[in-house]
Amino acid sequence: MICLELFWSFFKIGLFSIGGGYAAMPLIQQQAVDLHPWLTMGQFADIMAIAEMTPGPIAINAATFVGIRTAGLPGALAATAGCVAPSCVIVTALAYLYYHFRELTLVKGILAGLRPAVIAMIASAGLSIVFMAVFGQRTLPAGKSGIDLTAAAIFAVCFFCLRKWKLNPIGVMAGAGAAGLILYSVL
Amino acid sequence: MPGEEERKSGKPAPGGKARKYWKLFSSTFMLSACTFGGGFVIIPLMRRKFVDELHWIGEQEMLDLTAIAQSSPGAIAVNASILIGYRVAGPAGALLTVLGTVTPPLVIISLVSMFYTAVRGSRTADRIMAGMLAGVGAVVCDVVVTMTQGLLKTKRVLPFVMLIASFAAVRFFGVGIVTVILACGLIGAADTIYRNRAAKERLRFAKGGTEGKEGSEHDLS
Repeated sequence: MICLELFWSFFKIGLFSIGGGYAAMPLIQQQAVDLHPWLTMGQFADIMAIAEMTPGPIAINAATFVGIRTAGLPGALAATAGCVAPSCVIVTALAYLYYHFRELTLVKGILAGLRPAVIAMIASAGLSIVFMAVFGQRTLPAGKSGIDLTAAAIFAVCFFCLRKWKLNPIGVMAGAGAAGLILYSVL
Repeated sequence: MPGEEERKSGKPAPGGKARKYWKLFSSTFMLSACTFGGGFVIIPLMRRKFVDELHWIGEQEMLDLTAIAQSSPGAIAVNASILIGYRVAGPAGALLTVLGTVTPPLVIISLVSMFYTAVRGSRTADRIMAGMLAGVGAVVCDVVVTMTQGLLKTKRVLPFVMLIASFAAVRFFGVGIVTVILACGLIGAADTIYRNRAAKERLRFAKGGTEGKEGSEHDLS
């Protein structure tokens, strides 16, 4: 039963995440944190960090992680299968169309329309993660208390390095982890 | 290395089916196991493997397949591997490449998850994760800024308005993500049809009446 639920949830994630790994992030948050009690926001943020540090598509990584934590290996398989199933059907259909008609203008148009929506949703989920790191909650706190200055500093330095020198995200994440270990131990 | 006959036709040799299947599976498996950073990183590597090295797929064809992989729902790496498998060996090939792409993260994350359960809660792990959380926040913000810059380069108002409206809808008004995606997809389709028609009109006008219809199929693509 839980496996069926996992399959269906990740089927929807697979179906509506268009435009690559980060686009799946807000959908995973919605399905696993908001709609089902599978993950806390903290665990979700952890998964995003782990998915970033390990090879493989983010959605597949998250599906495996959520599945195995809620229903063991069968859960992981069900969630991953659900995540991949829409791709199998839709991509095969598009491949068929492509090899028969070589006409993708409308598909490209829809994709162009989706891009702003995808950016907006990634921004929203990213904001949740930043707030989670800096304030320990998903929204802005009322007062000035509870601001984690160490996390804010690590965030600022990482963001600067990514923008200025286009450093590899994996390296930046590893550096952030090391900085966290050192700074939180010292301060 | 592939035989000379494959190189000439751009298609896999008819013989050696098992070897071809194995090559499809092992190639996608290795690419998936060793590629950090998702679809935009794995596609160039797939290109190198299947276009430059194995000569199973043509240069231009790979560009089109990339466009399909990026515009379809789901993980780009999975979509691209389905397309490559389907192209080289039909549905069976697609199944093999999907398995090849999905298995490494399945195994790796299963192991990581066991490890995570064991160490989460220890002070060292918590400190590392707290740092990495700030790091992943920065990575996502970087992605958002880069994507927004790409959007602004189109110099069109509509996408920017859609970006702001979508963000407000999701963030402040609690509108469902699926609703926003469907709405924006519809707007994108309508916009394409409208602009296609406008371009056809312009073309017909430029060419002076009747012969505009022939040349108009390829604009905007």
